Amino acid sequence: MSRIAERFARLKADKRAGLVTYVTAGDPNADVGYQILKGLPGAGADLIELGMPFTDPMADGPSIQLAGQRALKSGITVDATFDMVRRFRKETGDNATPILLMGYYNLVYQRGAERFCKEAAAAGVDGMILVDLPPEEADELKPFAAANGLDTVLLTAPTTDDGRLPAVLKYSSGFVYFVSVLGITGTKSATEEAVRTHVERIKRHTPLPVGVGFGIKTPDQAAAVARHADAAVVGSAIVDRVKAGLDDAGKPRSDLVPGVFAYVKALADGVRGVRKG
Amino acid sequence: MPTTTLNSFRTGPDERGHFGLFGGRYVAETLMPLILELEKAYNEAKADPQFQGELSYLLTQYAGRPSPLYYAERLTKHLGGAKVYFKRDELNHTGSHKINNVLGQVLLAKRMGKTRVIAETGAGQHGVATATACALFDIPCVVFMGAVDVDRQAPNVFRMKMLGAEVRPVKAGSATLKDAMNEALRDWVATCETTFYCIGTVAGPHPYPAMVRDFQCVIGNEVRKQLVEMEGRLPDTLVACIGGGSNAMGLFHPFLDDKGVRIIGVEAGGKGVDTGEHAASLTGGRPGVLHGNRTYLLQDAEGQIQEAHSISAGLDYPGIGPEHSWLKEQGRVEYVSATDNEALEAFQLLCRLEGIIPALEPAHALAHVTKLAPTLPKDNLLVMNLCGRGDKDVFAVAERLGVKI
Repeated sequence: MSRIAERFARLKADKRAGLVTYVTAGDPNADVGYQILKGLPGAGADLIELGMPFTDPMADGPSIQLAGQRALKSGITVDATFDMVRRFRKETGDNATPILLMGYYNLVYQRGAERFCKEAAAAGVDGMILVDLPPEEADELKPFAAANGLDTVLLTAPTTDDGRLPAVLKYSSGFVYFVSVLGITGTKSATEEAVRTHVERIKRHTPLPVGVGFGIKTPDQAAAVARHADAAVVGSAIVDRVKAGLDDAGKPRSDLVPGVFAYVKALADGVRGVRKG
Repeated sequence: MPTTTLNSFRTGPDERGHFGLFGGRYVAETLMPLILELEKAYNEAKADPQFQGELSYLLTQYAGRPSPLYYAERLTKHLGGAKVYFKRDELNHTGSHKINNVLGQVLLAKRMGKTRVIAETGAGQHGVATATACALFDIPCVVFMGAVDVDRQAPNVFRMKMLGAEVRPVKAGSATLKDAMNEALRDWVATCETTFYCIGTVAGPHPYPAMVRDFQCVIGNEVRKQLVEMEGRLPDTLVACIGGGSNAMGLFHPFLDDKGVRIIGVEAGGKGVDTGEHAASLTGGRPGVLHGNRTYLLQDAEGQIQEAHSISAGLDYPGIGPEHSWLKEQGRVEYVSATDNEALEAFQLLCRLEGIIPALEPAHALAHVTKLAPTLPKDNLLVMNLCGRGDKDVFAVAERLGVKI
């Protein structure tokens, strides 16, 4: 069983939903970015999405765009991202928290999908979420991901109707990521009713866990999602805490990392306060 | 790559929108169903005589087609080689070939019941054309334009506003065409149920590269007819400038299967392809995935997209339409480049010799013609697409030449 499947099985046994936290690798720099990554499970993250910064993040709002720019400016590369994951597994001894790489396909394509998957898996990565690789193009990646034991988490959206869902699910493993609003990351928020309806609809098609993201900013919103989904995904709002911890010159202040963890803990408390099943 | 010679270069893309390795649909899932809907609607419209009739009427009575095919006698004598013809698409309503595509897409938007149109623009020619068609059809229009381009193409910004469009300057990244396209895609993903994204070039996710090409093929189809009337035969050489490549594809595509026709696309060489500051994706880039399609891109070793550089805002883009990438790899079309300075010289030459102020974009094509034509025999019929007029560029050119106006 993959780390992702094990983690969701564990969450189910604990009768609660999970918290998936997104941070951009190397934001605001490699050192502080690693400190954040390292401390996320302790702060309450059940799964981690590690963003690979890209110059042209077409599906992201201003928060994650800026995070990517900070990381790229600090010189982060794909190799550095792999190193960070490797170091996390080695130094923390955490072999249970799944780490998924999230980003845009060109970085994978340039390295070659086969080599990328091999290196990612060797570093301790568990899965990939590629925003611009819909099922129509996913066969470029899926065989190599599968051969290396990497889950591929595809996105579903409110526009993904029942006719189309099976195509998305065909390439999905680990969990299904439901993008709860029409739009880019970190902008609009869905109503609890809309989340419930869509999660129920997706679950009619698949036994996979459903994670819901986009627009979750508060512990209350995270709790509302946790009532219906198997996991709540929070990204932009966490990344905003990184930005809030920078001084006027863009240098990280000493309260940056604790500020991120305090916020993640509040989200985790929100999610864990919901008893399931 | 295929090792056998194809029977036709005009059958692409395949049903998944691929031209060989290139093209495809690399977009967020939210957009996928909308792109499939667009493909279906376009295929239906294409086969509908009423749609084609309406489009043809607008192209003739509103845009002023067919555009003339003009024998540039003085330029031909000056260059002393090939007989140079200009396809005068700069005489179209709105001043460039962009109107050909926009009328088709906005008609389609109306047919699909969309109530809002968005577009990206570089030089502002596509933005002006889109704003124009939206005024005509009474549809609200938002144009995304890099902040750098807003400054260097001020006349077109004002034009769009006069036409009732909202121009949104994009400050992210290099604040040029690629960033405008990112922002348009971000808007579309949030508004896709009511909004039609009118892409200005033969790029983006399928069906855009094929659809825009089809709408632009009116250029090449007219040239075939006109040149046969004037010279009794097909051209020997075709030349067009390439940013995303829509004017070039419109001219080239109808001739791809005519083996005797030599076809040349001219990319923007900026300060020189060897300086690293250019926009020549085919010459200086390699295949990658951006803005919904796989194509040649300017990028670093990791796959981070690099900024393009060109004096021409319309060519200042680090990618190119996927069908051009395919035609390059097939060897059917030659791709070369012309620098900023070469384009500026050609710009001035055409003003003086023919009384035509070209846009900086086709000035790149002309720069290559000035090099190529003298090497060709006098009976070589060369057709260059003069795809835009230079009114929008006079301020930028004056500044570059150190003239205060």
